[in-house]
Amino acid sequence: MNRYTWRTAVLEVVTLAIALVFAFPFYILVNLALRHANDQTSPLILTAQPTLDNFVSAWNEADLGSAILNSLMVTVLSVVIIVGISAMAAYPLVRLTWSLSRTAYWFVMVGLLLPFQVALIPLYVTIRDLGLLGTTWSLVLFYAGLQVPFSVFLYTGFLRAMPREYEEAAAVDGARPFTAFWRVVFPMMRPVTGTVVILNAIFVWNDFLTPLLYLSGSGSQTIPVALFGFVGEYAANWPIVFAGLIIGIAPILIVYFLLQKSVIQGFSGGLKG
Amino acid sequence: MSEPAAPRRRRGIGAGTLPKSMLLFAVPAVAFYAFVLVVPTLRGSVYAFTDWDGLSQTFDFVGLRNFESIFANPDAVQAIINTLVIAFVTTIAANLIGLGLALLLNSRIKSRNVLRVFFFAPAVLTPVVTAYLFKYIFAPLGPLNGLLDAIGLSALKQDWLGDADWALVAIMVVIVWQQSGYAMVIYLAGLQGVPAELLEAGAVDGAGAVRRFWSITRPMLAPAITISVMLILIHGLKVFAEVWIMTGGGPGNATNSLSTLIYKNAFQFGLFGSSIAMALILLVMVAVISAIQYRALLFQGGHK
Repeated sequence: MNRYTWRTAVLEVVTLAIALVFAFPFYILVNLALRHANDQTSPLILTAQPTLDNFVSAWNEADLGSAILNSLMVTVLSVVIIVGISAMAAYPLVRLTWSLSRTAYWFVMVGLLLPFQVALIPLYVTIRDLGLLGTTWSLVLFYAGLQVPFSVFLYTGFLRAMPREYEEAAAVDGARPFTAFWRVVFPMMRPVTGTVVILNAIFVWNDFLTPLLYLSGSGSQTIPVALFGFVGEYAANWPIVFAGLIIGIAPILIVYFLLQKSVIQGFSGGLKG
Repeated sequence: MSEPAAPRRRRGIGAGTLPKSMLLFAVPAVAFYAFVLVVPTLRGSVYAFTDWDGLSQTFDFVGLRNFESIFANPDAVQAIINTLVIAFVTTIAANLIGLGLALLLNSRIKSRNVLRVFFFAPAVLTPVVTAYLFKYIFAPLGPLNGLLDAIGLSALKQDWLGDADWALVAIMVVIVWQQSGYAMVIYLAGLQGVPAELLEAGAVDGAGAVRRFWSITRPMLAPAITISVMLILIHGLKVFAEVWIMTGGGPGNATNSLSTLIYKNAFQFGLFGSSIAMALILLVMVAVISAIQYRALLFQGGHK
């Protein structure tokens, strides 16, 4: 059962064929971004005289540098807050048998079912009336609240399966619950924290509708909205557009390829419990 | 999401119980969550019965008029149907493809490590980027029609995004391309939990590959199925960027999702009351679907 048989070889070929289909959009993206704007050959044909000019133009025209910085700031701030408040909340929600704690748990879990579209408009008005429109803080606030139910769900699932011996030992040693949580429990939740960080970071980085609403008209944009505006201006010039799109996804792809093991393993953390 | 076990085993004297004051730890999360989701949802539920325009301080209650106008409006009904179709079809397709890929990569093929990283890559891409990429691929003179020409299937050429039905299919193709890797990674993690000895024992007992999958692997994948279906379904119900960029909801209003129609109606036409009413309809649908899904998966067993 452990040898590389002809059946395995067939599976290998089938899988590679599927991979080829999945790769087609990537091929078009890169192939087109590398060609001169006036090159009229079919996008299917490998670009004969590749150039990096499009990347230079896109970088200069689209102000992608500051958009990347903005996205980075929003993502880091949001994820730090989400992790902090969700991990803290999950602890009493799992460990307390008090009825109020149970009620609070279900109150938060209801959020998994609330489609954000209902809250979207009233919240927009509140943010507007508070004068936060156009600030990156409005985004951080939004993501921190929006992602609580899912993050608490992941943390509580993990905590339930986690043995209590260490916390109890800490309690016996006289550690106060607050200290015991941050010193003992939080470090032990590292696998699920990895999952929470990865899922939320990808979500926040890629989100389009929220920054479109909350940052429109302001000077600062996140990557998706900056690309949206940029493509609007250069609609007909696909090579430059594609170069811009590649620059836009480069940061997240680089992080992904550097941390591929953690990113992919992070998902198994959400499964336990 | 199961109930905490009722009788708790106590170890030591009082060491196993936290003081009730620890519930204060939940206050920041609950506060953010209430501010962003709960309070606006409750307020929205009231606005849905008014003629509020989003700007003025005053508004009048109009009863069920917003809901009546939604069901009388073919564009709104179409958006609701589209959202459900997109959510269900992409959930089923991405989960089937993801499961297939996971089973293939869980074999002994040599390329499995590289391909796992590759197949998951679309899942981390910004939907705005994939939407523009596929908008070009599906263009009348784009690479897809070019490919069909090249392999002698010119008869199948379409104005993919110009035709209402094909445009919806095109949108779903993009989502499935992105979400299949997501599902694959979740199923791969689930497959790690299936003991090899059990499968070998099944083989020794004469069970074929299909039988082994159905009787041994599938029940053990139940938690993975729950998570994967939930994540992709929720993603599908929210869909905005793919639709907004690829078709703008067109041709006409044929491919709007609830999110794009709400965005259009509320922020371009100031129809806040009826937009929220539309979102409320979605809320009810999600609640019903979730309840059914939860029941079904619970009934299937193996769910924790």
